[in-house]
Amino acid sequence: MSETETNVETTTSLWGGGVTPYKGISHIKLGMWLFIISDALTFSALLFGYAYLRNASPNWPDPFKFFPSILVSTLMTFCLLTSSLTMVLAVHHSQHGDRAKAFKWILATMLGGMAFLVLHANEWRELIHHGMTTFSNPWGDSMFGATFFTITGLHMTHVLSGVIYLGVVAWRLERRKTFDDEVEVAGLYWHFVDLVWMFVFPLLYLMSVDMGGN
Amino acid sequence: MSEATAHHDAHAAPTGFVRRYLFSMDHKVIGIQYWILALVAVFIGMALSFLMRLQIAYPDTPFAFLEALFPKGAEGGQLTPEFYLSMVTMHGTIMVFFVLTTAPQGGFGNWGLPIQIGARDMAFPFLNMMSFWVTFLAFVAIIIALFFAGGAPLGGWTGYPPLSALGPEAGPGQGWGMTWWIISIALFCVASLIGSLNFIVTTLVLRCKGMTLMRMPLTCWGWFTTAILSLLSFPVLLGAGVLLLLDRHAGTSFFLPSNLVVGGKPVDHSGGSPILFQHLFWFFGHPEVYIAILPGMGAVSQIIATCARKPIFGYRAMVYAIFAIGGLGFFVWGHHMFISGMNPYTAVAFSVLTLTIGVPSAVKTINWLGTIWGGKIRFNTPMLFSLGFVSVFVSGGLGGIFLGQSSVDLFLHDTYFVVGHFHLTMGVSAIFGIFAGTYYWFPKMFGRMMHEGMGKAHFFISLIGVYLIFIPMHTIGMGGAPRRYYDSTSFKYLEDIISMNSMITWAAFITIGAQAIFVVNLIWTMLAGKKASDNPWEATTLEWICATPPVHLNFDEDPVVHHGPYEYSVPGAEKDYIMQTDPPSAVPAGTPAQH
Ligand code: HEM
Ligand SMILES: [Cu+2]
Repeated sequence: MSETETNVETTTSLWGGGVTPYKGISHIKLGMWLFIISDALTFSALLFGYAYLRNASPNWPDPFKFFPSILVSTLMTFCLLTSSLTMVLAVHHSQHGDRAKAFKWILATMLGGMAFLVLHANEWRELIHHGMTTFSNPWGDSMFGATFFTITGLHMTHVLSGVIYLGVVAWRLERRKTFDDEVEVAGLYWHFVDLVWMFVFPLLYLMSVDMGGN
Repeated sequence: MSEATAHHDAHAAPTGFVRRYLFSMDHKVIGIQYWILALVAVFIGMALSFLMRLQIAYPDTPFAFLEALFPKGAEGGQLTPEFYLSMVTMHGTIMVFFVLTTAPQGGFGNWGLPIQIGARDMAFPFLNMMSFWVTFLAFVAIIIALFFAGGAPLGGWTGYPPLSALGPEAGPGQGWGMTWWIISIALFCVASLIGSLNFIVTTLVLRCKGMTLMRMPLTCWGWFTTAILSLLSFPVLLGAGVLLLLDRHAGTSFFLPSNLVVGGKPVDHSGGSPILFQHLFWFFGHPEVYIAILPGMGAVSQIIATCARKPIFGYRAMVYAIFAIGGLGFFVWGHHMFISGMNPYTAVAFSVLTLTIGVPSAVKTINWLGTIWGGKIRFNTPMLFSLGFVSVFVSGGLGGIFLGQSSVDLFLHDTYFVVGHFHLTMGVSAIFGIFAGTYYWFPKMFGRMMHEGMGKAHFFISLIGVYLIFIPMHTIGMGGAPRRYYDSTSFKYLEDIISMNSMITWAAFITIGAQAIFVVNLIWTMLAGKKASDNPWEATTLEWICATPPVHLNFDEDPVVHHGPYEYSVPGAEKDYIMQTDPPSAVPAGTPAQH
């Protein structure tokens, strides 16, 4: 193998420099991807902690009844999934230059996010009302509450930031200030937040269903 | 202009002091800001090590100046055990985060990466500025922790729970001091996320025409790989830090086990596991040592090739070795936990993986030796520090072969053997890398040549000094001297090491004192140093075609690269080096391929 490129005339290949090797992917989008990877690792750390503690615990509780917990969390899942769909539409329209429609679909996405937040906050309120805190709960291992509130809390913060972020993008869209793929980049973030929920929902809710055993 | 570089037009050269030097978005200014921050930090860290060594050698001697400085921590002129521990903690934290992670990557990486790949700036100049200022805030937080009224935290740079998770009842410094420590680390995680994302995107999309990946200087490979490691490891530490904060302030018990009794009183927590923290911490912690060392390896490769006037031996092998070290680094964290209790089979797996890292490390070492073999070596200060880096890294690395075997580590864990090992491999090596880089790039960064005589004196005293400090530490460690302990003279079985401990302390005093030469050199050079020419080392990479110091946006016109980074002594060529931007014809036709 030729070990050097010394005498090779300056290449015009994608990796030859002077051009981005990722056609059609702006550096901002690339940055968002890297942020997502990093953020996913923070969530992984928390989920790993959850798995570790749950496995070590002799009395991990399964307190969630079908009603209201599972029904409500399914509804929340539905909200997020729908908002992902509306986000796809927003991106689609923004790519086709239809600013007005993109704007509307972003608002719809924000609505989905806010519905999720309202349901979630209400659920937290109920759980706290039933005596579940970060340090104790009526059903078993105190770490149940700690892991639940920490992981869903971090996720909730992400959804909240996402709604604000989308609001800013919508505002900039309205004022024609967005850069090329700004909506798409925001979409990446939003889908990521939904994806995290697709881990949280089965691991924290479905695995804690009260199956009526002892 | 291509879309990759178009956005740079957005920021024109700023005027005014604040925009130019304080909240600058110019990668060179930001790099220098990081470098200065690390310089301040290293002197604080060093002052703390001075106090620790004083205590270790003379535990029973009262010193009036200690009492004057620390009326509480050194009542009667003698350090309290808690005060000693808080100094260990602060020294370790400041050194690891604010020196070794800050200078090589944040400092030289920011300053050098865009220039060396022929870019005008980083991909995200604003984020770059932010990453520095968040790092700065983290530094402020650690200083607050250091001076907090309740005392600085005692948990060591690893901040292990249960101690770190408990709060004031666990002892002095475990109140708000510890909380500020965690806040500092969390901020640091955020800053390195922003920074590393920037490095990665910049390397991927902003290389100038002709700068293929395999024409990048090895420094860039070092910074690039380090950025990947940071991106993947700091978020896990961030997670651990958040959980630790919740344990302290929200009543959770992630890291607090059941049935814990502190100070005779049962603790109101249950169900957690301190071992969980160790997993999360070391999943970050081991990659962190490569975050500290890889940029140094890159800089040293660069300097050794330049000063030996030879192409780097095995360029591709060097690149693959960097990646191998970085990649394997994620699968060895368990070697810090052999003694925490683990399945012996797991320990064997971690042992084997750990020892495997020796292979790419050896590849690098052999290639450095291969590079200087038969070279026309110029023994200037950057070269001396680079050779010192190789020497110290190998010497320290040999200890790692012992520590990496679980059965041997059971004996050596938490002894001074470990202190000697990590100071040589990570601490001193990285510091030598920083010094090498400083002497090498200073002419370009500030336009003046550092004084060679002072540089050489600084090097030789430091080299001999660090060996006299850290090699004997291995010996006393094998003798059983415990780490993080303020007075080992009180043990009968350690009587024999007392004299060696004072020898180490005196070597440390001299080494610390010798750093004054460096400071004098810096000041003297800034004021009266010889003006540097554009390419004083006759090196080939792109920073040397820039003005001295480089202008805003680095280049007058976009450079085009035609050569690899290490075209030294090409047979038949006019000069003994070919700049990366020299025309293709600079290499005589028919010349066999190099490196
Ligand atoms: C003049 C040079 C230095 C001297 C004399 C020195 C001395 C010491 C001493 C006496 C300790 C405490 C050992 C113990 O009681 O367990 C220590 C710990 C430590 N040092 Fe240094 N040190 C120096 C430079 C550095 C550098 C450059 C680094 C950068 C990596 C560093 C990182 C650490 C760390 C991470 C610890 C462990 C702290 C802990 O146990 O939590 N030191 N050093
Ligand atoms: Cu390690």
